[in-house]
Amino acid sequence: MARVASPCTDPVVLDMWHPISAAAEIKPGRVHTTRLLGSPVSYTLDGDGQPVVWRADPALRPGMPVDAARITERLPVIDRFCFIWTSYGDPPDRLFSIPEFDESDRRTFAAASIGVHTSAPRAVENFLDMGHFPYVHTGILGVEPHTEVVEYDVDITEDNEVLATRCLFYQPLAALAATKGQMTEYTYRVPHPYVAMLYKTAPPDPSRLDAIAIFVQAVTEEQIVAHNFLCMVDHTNTDSELKIFQQKIFGQDKPIIENQMPRRLPLAPRAETPIRADKSSITYRRWLSDLGITYGVVPEAA
Amino acid sequence: MIKLYNYELSANCYKQRLFLSILGLDYEAVTIEFFPGMEHKSEAFLEINPLGHIPVLDDDGFMVRDAHAILIYLAARYDPSGRWYPTSDPELLAKTAQWLLFCEGTTSTASAARLHDSLHYDFDIDAVRAGAHRLFRVADEHLWFAEQEGYDWLVPTDHPTIADLALFPDVILSEEGGVSRQDYPALHRWTDRVKRIDGFTPMPGVFFAAPARA
Repeated sequence: MARVASPCTDPVVLDMWHPISAAAEIKPGRVHTTRLLGSPVSYTLDGDGQPVVWRADPALRPGMPVDAARITERLPVIDRFCFIWTSYGDPPDRLFSIPEFDESDRRTFAAASIGVHTSAPRAVENFLDMGHFPYVHTGILGVEPHTEVVEYDVDITEDNEVLATRCLFYQPLAALAATKGQMTEYTYRVPHPYVAMLYKTAPPDPSRLDAIAIFVQAVTEEQIVAHNFLCMVDHTNTDSELKIFQQKIFGQDKPIIENQMPRRLPLAPRAETPIRADKSSITYRRWLSDLGITYGVVPEAA
Repeated sequence: MIKLYNYELSANCYKQRLFLSILGLDYEAVTIEFFPGMEHKSEAFLEINPLGHIPVLDDDGFMVRDAHAILIYLAARYDPSGRWYPTSDPELLAKTAQWLLFCEGTTSTASAARLHDSLHYDFDIDAVRAGAHRLFRVADEHLWFAEQEGYDWLVPTDHPTIADLALFPDVILSEEGGVSRQDYPALHRWTDRVKRIDGFTPMPGVFFAAPARA
């Protein structure tokens, strides 16, 4: 247990950007505290509404008023895709891109930030899997007997992202805006070791794609907060309805990922037997290995 | 038409959805965005329930709040057999009431642990988990002895009561709050029996029972 909760020493992970809160959920001038990579961090919004993040100080307890101007030892921070991101190390100048985020008619928001007993890579891997749809999201994202995961492509892009394309699956209720079952085409992206995104046909306008992501905050190696992000083409349902739909789907996944043991993701190729449908998972695990990630995984024996 | 103000991921609201499904009653579910919107504390919702919590049931203008009060109402009004809430037998009725009150305890322990771990509520996590284990131990022992006497349910009768439905969500979702059920085999067998009640319906985090072996 001590190892699991102790502060992260993985240099690759320390240098990454990490999501810590939906921007809309921060009360200006109040201390908020969460845990990231085994250590507590605090954050608030300053007088101009800009986020400020610092290593937690026991004297500044959650909920207390704070004058952000007096916080001098700050951690790097960016406000992007409806969330606040920080880093303990030397993060890249920019976060990955989501071009759809800037399309003016999109509905973009934080759907919910939910704590889960698992590692960040386990949550990302589950998000990439289609094989579980008929069994876990029965009647919504899949239904028996339509259980086949047909051949799809997985590549590492020039920007060093995992990209799975031509992923086809029969879905009875692909989105809240769907009125009937459809073959849905998915594209999956892993633009960051702890972020998984999917693009899928938007039922109201089949020429466009809804974008859904989980931005994973690694609280410890085996405890996460999954920040759900939506970027939708849907002009019928309310924000609240879209959020609840996403929460329902995520709530169905939760016991599945919490029961995967070990909680850290094994990277050795033979640690867990993959099948053809797990092609994106195999690529993701190999990619994490190549990046040298050791936090939240069981590294391959040297 | 029955209207249920509820939230999809709430254990307390699941009790009503489960019972409405078992009774085969049509109803309209009105979603209150408990998280992250805190809609149950909004001014509009405080008009419906000044206590600011869900669920609330509106049956053609008759309003009733609190999870267990709603179960009592639904049983008394819509279960002509009188078995879900056995008012005609003082001893069974007393035992049903006793286990309903027991479930107030699991709400403030097992359910609180789940709110802490999943939705970031500020509880003393070690204390609420310990409290949940204390109650689960009691329920497990009780059910073990009940099984020896040939009973399947919390209340010693041949039919489940609303007490079983009141306890089920906090037990079946406990692992989301880091409360393992590994040490409670009788409680585990009982959850499988609840899942086999006609009309059973799951919620996110709860699955149907595996098909019974022939």
